[in-house]
Amino acid sequence: MTRAIVQAIWSHWRCHPLQLATLLSGIALATALWSAVQAINTEARANYANAAQQLAAGSLDRIVDPLGPMSLAQYRTLRRAGWQVAAVREGRLTVAGGRVDLLGVDLLSYPSLPAITEVSDVQGIAPIDALTAPGRLFAREVLAKRLRATPDLPPVIESTQVPVGTVLTDIGTAGALLGEPEQISHVVVLPNQPKGAPALDQVTPGLRRISAQGDGAIASLTDSFHLNLTAFGLLSFAVGLFIVHGTVGLAFEQRRPMIRTLRALGVPIRQLRRLLLVELMVLALIGGTLGLILGLYVAGALLPDVAATLRGLYGAPVDGVLTIRPVWVASGLGMALIGTAAASGQAFWKLSRMPLLSTPGARAWFEQTQGSVSQMAMSGLGLIALGMVTVLLADGLIAGFALLAGLLMGAALCLPLLLSRLLNIGGRTAGSALSEWVWADMKAQLPGLSLALMALLLAMAANIGVGTMVSSFRLTFTGWLDQRLTSELYVTARDDTQGGEIELWLSQHSDRVLPIRALEMEHNGAPIFVYGVVDDRTYRTHWPLLTPAQGVWGRVMRGEAILINEQMARRNNLWPGDSVTLPPDLTYPIAGVYSDYGNPTAQAILAMDELPRFGLPVPNTRFGIRLPPDRVGPVAQELRGAFDLPPGALIDQANLKARSIEIFDKTFVVTGALNILTLGVAGFAIFTSLLTLWTQRLPQLAPVWAMGVTRRQLAGLELLRSVILAALTTLLALPLGLALAWVLLAVINVEAFGWRLPMFVFPLEWAKLGALALLTALVAGLLPARRLLQLPPSDLLKVFAHER
Amino acid sequence: MLLSIENVDKAYPGGRPVLSGVTLQLDRSETLALTGDSGSGKSTLLNLAAALDHFDAGEITLDGTRYSGLKDAGRATLRRSQVALVFQAFNLIPSLSVAQNLSFHARLSGTLDAAWQEVLAERLGLTELLDRMPEQLSGGQQQRVAIGRAMALKPPLLLADEPTGNLDEIASIAVMNLMLELVRDAGSALLLVTHSPSIAARADRQVHLSQGQIA
Repeated sequence: MTRAIVQAIWSHWRCHPLQLATLLSGIALATALWSAVQAINTEARANYANAAQQLAAGSLDRIVDPLGPMSLAQYRTLRRAGWQVAAVREGRLTVAGGRVDLLGVDLLSYPSLPAITEVSDVQGIAPIDALTAPGRLFAREVLAKRLRATPDLPPVIESTQVPVGTVLTDIGTAGALLGEPEQISHVVVLPNQPKGAPALDQVTPGLRRISAQGDGAIASLTDSFHLNLTAFGLLSFAVGLFIVHGTVGLAFEQRRPMIRTLRALGVPIRQLRRLLLVELMVLALIGGTLGLILGLYVAGALLPDVAATLRGLYGAPVDGVLTIRPVWVASGLGMALIGTAAASGQAFWKLSRMPLLSTPGARAWFEQTQGSVSQMAMSGLGLIALGMVTVLLADGLIAGFALLAGLLMGAALCLPLLLSRLLNIGGRTAGSALSEWVWADMKAQLPGLSLALMALLLAMAANIGVGTMVSSFRLTFTGWLDQRLTSELYVTARDDTQGGEIELWLSQHSDRVLPIRALEMEHNGAPIFVYGVVDDRTYRTHWPLLTPAQGVWGRVMRGEAILINEQMARRNNLWPGDSVTLPPDLTYPIAGVYSDYGNPTAQAILAMDELPRFGLPVPNTRFGIRLPPDRVGPVAQELRGAFDLPPGALIDQANLKARSIEIFDKTFVVTGALNILTLGVAGFAIFTSLLTLWTQRLPQLAPVWAMGVTRRQLAGLELLRSVILAALTTLLALPLGLALAWVLLAVINVEAFGWRLPMFVFPLEWAKLGALALLTALVAGLLPARRLLQLPPSDLLKVFAHER
Repeated sequence: MLLSIENVDKAYPGGRPVLSGVTLQLDRSETLALTGDSGSGKSTLLNLAAALDHFDAGEITLDGTRYSGLKDAGRATLRRSQVALVFQAFNLIPSLSVAQNLSFHARLSGTLDAAWQEVLAERLGLTELLDRMPEQLSGGQQQRVAIGRAMALKPPLLLADEPTGNLDEIASIAVMNLMLELVRDAGSALLLVTHSPSIAARADRQVHLSQGQIA
């Protein structure tokens, strides 16, 4: 019996192959973008975890010497005192094709490093080989090839457990390669410390232990970036589900007579429910698999840009290679199943609860499945209010995203009512009978198209909102760069000795020299960089102060006050009038706050003369040089020649700005791509809605045709209808998009990055986007319009003949 | 003569003939009832007369306009201005109100006569229903709106396909009475397809169609 029922149920899809294709496409598109984002996030997080494991930066405390590099003697003292620690030596190694990070770890103390475990377990190489001369270098495949191409290096072993762009080796080998073998960078505190070991200040006075939490783990820095991507993935997923909801609703409605017949023939409703559920899940798995394949391609295309962004913005080690991970496949298929179930729930419930003798009813399926537009609008307003209350009562990124979600979903639910009102206004302006019909007909079609239009609203609002945020950010950022990068040339010396020589040389060859000296210390458990500046009009006239006030620079230069960056101000709620206390115990009143985009850490500015008071060595290697622009090239040339400086040691302002802008633009490539993909999915939703509504259009079109309106005119009006509805939706998306931009700039950005940006408007961009939306609607309406144009009169006559 | 159908043939796709050599004339202001069994080709002939469908051979002429020479746009113009239709299933436009449906065809052709429309609404008993939507009306009321929509045009030719097929007997009589009265007052000709001998008997002339031919 089951086989016969399954045959009957599946026969629907044989008769409606386009509907089946639409349903599978909806599930696949919803899954694809979500899976793509998840693949990117999973890959990036795996890279962070790998890096953290290797560097012990994320999970293990470090012991450092605040005065500079540690010595092996200090390390040995710690070990002798019973401390379970491993020495780490970091540096840069010149290999074929450029310089790479070299990480030397005392492998004898820390033999359980994953890279070592991997090569000994998998490749059968004894760990002792890495300790004996000439040592071994561990690196990923691509870097390993470069290392092998470099002469005079120890043998290279490939390992997938080494961070991207890093060469791992024993500390002895690292010392031999970097020079000064008695020097180490820091030590990591290994787990399982013995009880009773003497305190650190007793064993090695002057050394400082830095907790893993205070170390600014990469994962926490990049969380907001990944949350942003996840939000986009969810938005695309929701837009795709609109297609599924619409198609399943229609398919179930069309199957009502068959279900009634099957029940009349004695098939229990419980069995029907079970089979329909199995059918849905099978379709979800097929669509989900297609979505995973599509998602893999999308992720593969986007990952290199994401990797570049994460490296550029956060210094996070992510390679651009995608690995298929079981967790990703499982989560993609899970989302396809959950999404399909959620989108089909209402239709399934109604069908499975349908009384045996119920009739299809006079109203169209979509009218039955939609609540009243007023009720929807009320729910929408409720969601918006809920989002606002959440952000008022709670802080944090999640609260910000709750506001975003409430705003977007609430506005989507309000859309049918707003469109209905706008169409009423349009109808009142209609002059001819035909235009009156067009407006009334659009209103009548609204319930069937509203889901697709909601999808378009969300996609458009996301485009406008994110576009406004990115463009505002870019405008502010370029202006800020002009203010911050005032020196025409920047130079970095090899060491303090060379720094002193360069400073002297520059005093004779440039207009003015602005030394860039900074100390790294801790404030409230987080790192802070304190910069010293000399009194120069460059700072007084250019520095981007968010809280300008009379006499700010005078107070700073007299050593009476400090300037802090916006990130520090917002994180610690410190503003002009408050004070900052920095170690060892120096307190400065805050004179002002300045913008510092792109910098995730806290920063402060003091008069140069104040820096020695902290008791830390002040490096003197970096300088800003003020010059007439036409002298930048010659001075750079002379400087390079005089001090034998490598190419990277001299950066001119234009170059630095171009690089900064390049990093900035790369950061938002992914966002832009996801924006366009979401708009594409919304366009597809409109297309599928128009197609699925097609069969119900004929009874409305045939009488008008019979009264003397040609098929060509009707086809044109079908296109116009699609375009007008898209135009009205775009119009409504504009204020929503601007609200979204405001939330992104004023709430999400502040929570995620610690800075707030001014909002600018870009009407030309909106016009372009609007044109794109209209084009999308036009393309979506083309096939139904073409069908109408080519429809034989006999098909239209069937409407009157009751043969349909 | 208003409508002339000369030796018209029509076959379904696949070749099965529906109409064979049908010849029929209708004068101005004349009413003609077309009867016949199901599948005899009555509705097909009506559709051809309304320029809704194409015939395979022969010619149809309405007030001097030969259908065979008309393209799609010409046929639409003819339907818009010369011919009005009343269908069994009413086929009102669901998105327009009763008032909008009533005036729709006349406004489409640019010949709306507001006074005449008012008279129509009153005589059809629709004055109180003008603001309602079609789905809020009974079958009889919907058919009265359909008749009003057709007659608002004051068409030279009214074509009605089983206009009372979906109505009960009392409503059928009332609707037919109204339609015949209005046709007479407007001076229109009526080609009426019906199964009912009693309704057919009220026309000036009857023609019986059998297996696609005039019997």
